[in-house]
Amino acid sequence: MTALIEARGLTVRHGGVAVLANVDFSIAPGEIVTVVGPNGSGKSTLIRALIGLAPAASGTVQRGPGLRIGYVPQRLQVDAGLPMTVRRFLSLPRRVADADAAAALARVGVADLGRRQMSGLSGGQFQRVLLARALLARPGILMLDEPTQGLDQPGVAGFYRLIEEVRAETGAAILMVSHDLHVVMSATDRVICLNGHVCCEGTPQVVTDAPEYRAMFGLGTGGALALYRHEHDHDHDSDHGHGHDPAHPHHVHGPDCQHGAHDAG
Amino acid sequence: MLDDFLMRAGLAGIGLSLATGPLGSFVVWRRMAYFGDATAHAAILGVALSFASGLPLYAGTLIVALGMAATVSALAGRGHAMDTALGVLAHSALAFGLVAVSFLPNVRVDLSAYLFGDILAVSRADLLWVWGGALAVLALLVWRWQGLLTATVNEELAQAEGIDPRRERLALTLALALVVAVSIKIVGALLIAALLIIPAAAARGLSRSPEVMAVLAVALSMLSVLAGLQMSLRLDTPAGPSIVAAAACLFIVALPLARLRRG
Repeated sequence: MTALIEARGLTVRHGGVAVLANVDFSIAPGEIVTVVGPNGSGKSTLIRALIGLAPAASGTVQRGPGLRIGYVPQRLQVDAGLPMTVRRFLSLPRRVADADAAAALARVGVADLGRRQMSGLSGGQFQRVLLARALLARPGILMLDEPTQGLDQPGVAGFYRLIEEVRAETGAAILMVSHDLHVVMSATDRVICLNGHVCCEGTPQVVTDAPEYRAMFGLGTGGALALYRHEHDHDHDSDHGHGHDPAHPHHVHGPDCQHGAHDAG
Repeated sequence: MLDDFLMRAGLAGIGLSLATGPLGSFVVWRRMAYFGDATAHAAILGVALSFASGLPLYAGTLIVALGMAATVSALAGRGHAMDTALGVLAHSALAFGLVAVSFLPNVRVDLSAYLFGDILAVSRADLLWVWGGALAVLALLVWRWQGLLTATVNEELAQAEGIDPRRERLALTLALALVVAVSIKIVGALLIAALLIIPAAAARGLSRSPEVMAVLAVALSMLSVLAGLQMSLRLDTPAGPSIVAAAACLFIVALPLARLRRG
């Protein structure tokens, strides 16, 4: 299994200041990777560099040949002066067929929004429309920059569930950036703590146990990375419980991962 | 048919509207109103340059308008406090233009024709310039429409799709300078920005998509031109301000209509 995108020794500068220094990164097909880090830690820059929007000062970024990237930017605003229906927005910049647009909207659970104005959507609806637009390109990888910013807890849980379903259906890899240091999607295969450089990375549990993580992010949730659990088909299933279900179907345990036994106790 | 000055005036206004409708919509969407002002006011400096150097009027105006538009564009790219910078540039350009014209030794220039326009004095050659310029702008906007629109919604999103927002900005800058150059005789330097913004703003409340808004803006702009011409003819009012006044009236009429639609 070769990486979809691989960065080696990636350094990115903004006006002389290194925002990212010597970062190694790779993501495999179908993998879900969450990048956490405080504000200004270079999370968005990493995504931009991987897409090719931010030039590397040194190091390399290699994208798989023909890799299609579905990009969901940080919550953007459509100016109220610009009339734009959701349907029209989906056709930017490439026009898409009505059937495809309807299918994409239905997939993300907002089938009835096609004729609504973009400027009148709620935060959660807006994120779903952005996701629908990204899916229309049939991406090999979805990159989401703080997609749950401004959503309430059920909103976040619902959105994470949706991402997981999308991964299961399309096999697309998911790279998600979050400034919420303590809560990540439970289906996350790998967490990367970023603070200008990679502090630590691994399964959520490995990262939680890493002294670097504890030093940097403190012990806000008792030191644990809380996971959104959503085994049940239930809208309010957003308790980011500290416990961890050992039978959780999506979590891949690493060889040195002890938390199943530990949490069950 | 083109022998009639009124016919020529009407045709000039209608041709210009083809460009100001869609371009004005972008000015509204991207909040470039002041940008338009600065470019338009610089046109007076272009008039002075034309008279001093013997260049054709449209060429001189276009050069200076382009220079101003490029300057403003560059400043915007560097993230200066645009409001103040544009205020300084717009009014300085106008002031320097007025001063420069007064230095011209042998020419008696009727400045008001360039400040407020003189659409009733449009010649066949003017007509050619206006239609040529307007159609060029329209073609440019139609050609780049999807990219322009994507970059207007969100520059990051556009970039991720391989669209260079700077190139789209440049296209709009060019279009704006061209429109300013060809419209200086019709509405004048002081009111070009109004002709860009008011019909588009009036169309906003009545539109559900960017395309509808652009087309409606063209229609409202044409209507303003014709109504303004009538007013100018009957009441002997200056043509440029009459056209803008007509546009403003249409804007006011459109307000409750928009509310009805939404209601």
